[in-house]
Amino acid sequence: MKRYAIISFALLFSTLCWADNSYDYPIDNPLAATVIGTPKAYTAELPNNIPRSDMKVVVFPDREVKKFVPRKELHYTLVRQKHAAPLVFSIAGTGASHRGAKMQLLEKAFYQAGLHVVSLPSPTYANFIVTASTNQVPGHIVHDSADLYKVMELIEEQIHDNVEVTEFYITGYSLGGAQAAFVAKLDEERNVFNFKKVLMINPPVSLFNSVSILDRMLEENIPGGANNFSAFFEDLMKDFTKVYAELENLDFNDDFLYRIYKHGGEEPNYSRIAATIGTSFRISSSNMIFTSDVMTNGGYILPKNHELGKTESTTDYYKVTNRISFTDYFNERFHPFFSKLTPGTTRKSLIHDTSLTSIADYLRSAEKIGVVHNEDDIILAPGEIDFFRDTFQSRAHIYPKGGHCGNMAYKDNVDYMINYFTN
Amino acid sequence: MTQAVYCIRNLLLPVITSGLILLSGCSTSPEKSENETPAQYSVEYVVRDDVTYAIDIYDPWEGFNRGMYRFNAGFDHYIFLPVVNAYTYVMPNVVEDSISSFFSNLFEINNLANSILQLKPRAALETTERFLINSTIGLAGLFDVASKWGIYEHDEDFGQTLGHYGVGEGPYIVLPIAGPSNMRDTTGLIADSLTFTEIDTLNLDDHNKRKAAFYLLNAIDRRHRTGFRYYDSGSPFEYELIRLMYTEKRKLDIAR
Repeated sequence: MKRYAIISFALLFSTLCWADNSYDYPIDNPLAATVIGTPKAYTAELPNNIPRSDMKVVVFPDREVKKFVPRKELHYTLVRQKHAAPLVFSIAGTGASHRGAKMQLLEKAFYQAGLHVVSLPSPTYANFIVTASTNQVPGHIVHDSADLYKVMELIEEQIHDNVEVTEFYITGYSLGGAQAAFVAKLDEERNVFNFKKVLMINPPVSLFNSVSILDRMLEENIPGGANNFSAFFEDLMKDFTKVYAELENLDFNDDFLYRIYKHGGEEPNYSRIAATIGTSFRISSSNMIFTSDVMTNGGYILPKNHELGKTESTTDYYKVTNRISFTDYFNERFHPFFSKLTPGTTRKSLIHDTSLTSIADYLRSAEKIGVVHNEDDIILAPGEIDFFRDTFQSRAHIYPKGGHCGNMAYKDNVDYMINYFTN
Repeated sequence: MTQAVYCIRNLLLPVITSGLILLSGCSTSPEKSENETPAQYSVEYVVRDDVTYAIDIYDPWEGFNRGMYRFNAGFDHYIFLPVVNAYTYVMPNVVEDSISSFFSNLFEINNLANSILQLKPRAALETTERFLINSTIGLAGLFDVASKWGIYEHDEDFGQTLGHYGVGEGPYIVLPIAGPSNMRDTTGLIADSLTFTEIDTLNLDDHNKRKAAFYLLNAIDRRHRTGFRYYDSGSPFEYELIRLMYTEKRKLDIAR
């Protein structure tokens, strides 16, 4: 008996180990995974040509159009099945458009699985701020999700006659994942969509914590600080040049970064990778902050009451905006704006309201909401990953690696996402 | 990247000239609005003279360039992309690929000329091999057999040749339709275009209609191969970011 116990224990143990090792996503370092994504050889096989339509919708017909950003319509993508099917709304991550690589990945996966897909830009993306945001001060998940809800209602009206929808689902990655949950919660009151399934992909727990982490990646990894960015950038390009010159047939395609990463035996410079992630985030947040400032005449970066001309140089404003972190924006623009809107709003209450913890009870009880995440996601503060385990229990699917959304295109991940909506 | 502009001489020079006249009125300096007050983070306060900014690229004609950038975005949206979409709708993917290979094969002449000028024997040899293989086994360039055999394209143009010998970029220029360039690379384009038309493999000079069709199809094919969409970055600083990326990418190409 005892022997059997030992054998079965050993067997159990080995299956556990095997289960762990069987996740073959190839990049172990979370920073590298975040930047590189999934190398081509490891990606799920998905159709290349899907019937994607560029669509647009007017949200505020009476909104004044600015010379510098002469757009009235919000752009989105519709991928339509010819038959009746469920429709999944998909929300992009911070600063990203509806046409980004990750959005297209989700479109392909869900289209192949037989769903209609509507891809929406992030409420922090310029076109959304200009055309669809009510207060044009983005970042407040509750307000942004209400804006998303309004946009989704308009889209539903617009496509109603041409797309046969059996039921509605919603998903999103990164910040879009957190918004998906808030939209689902709002729908419990308004009952327009009655979402049957919700999937959050690598969402932040606390928006404030995550943006602080990303801000620090830039600030702490550039030797000599922000004033030395130019020198840092030059070094980075020198590294690129060296590898680019050495490697034959290296083009700026999908595997460009992976090949650089794999090139040569030396340990990659992780501090430089972190700075690159920080830079990329800083560019996103700069776009958001400056667009918001122009639209609201906030007098934060652009002089108050100054209207930007059609061909006026913005290079100096770029230099200024690049020095402003998301945390600065939070303290200097975001908090003052919302405390004016709702008296009594404190910094602390804002940080709480823009966190998933503020709707933890709902998330705990909502059987239709699931989450996929990575143990080593770089946008989470230490211990935050456990929030998902505790709150979602068996509805949380957590991979051992992948960084922030690095493994989204990996075979297992795509299979899981498809299964989630089709079973 | 470069050949789309072979049509410069024939089609675009008039556009450029008239465009220059139209746009020379464009200015980058801000017009002060009434009751303007300084921003919380004003340029005067934050931007420092003793700091180098990576985003700064020599761009003395920025007003004109920004005007041209807007014009290109409009042209792309209303004319170029609809034509390209119709093209991809009509053509089977295999045919699209063959057309691309066909053009790449013809323009190997420029790759060869510039590899020789830069004294790169291996690139010159491989380019010659590619041209011979693809023109014969690849059925007059319709199939890129050479790449399948591991002989890859060496993308060389006269702008790179000039850069290789230390010629600086000169002012940044946004060309009509073709987009980002600079003084050095525009000179290179014209030189490459002259080489190509001088050799005139297809005997286009004697057939004006065929010539127009050739350049039109080449332009459509190139646009089809380029994923870039104007204003897709969602950045209010798209002009600056594209200017930086173009300049850095050319530095990489020259170093190779």
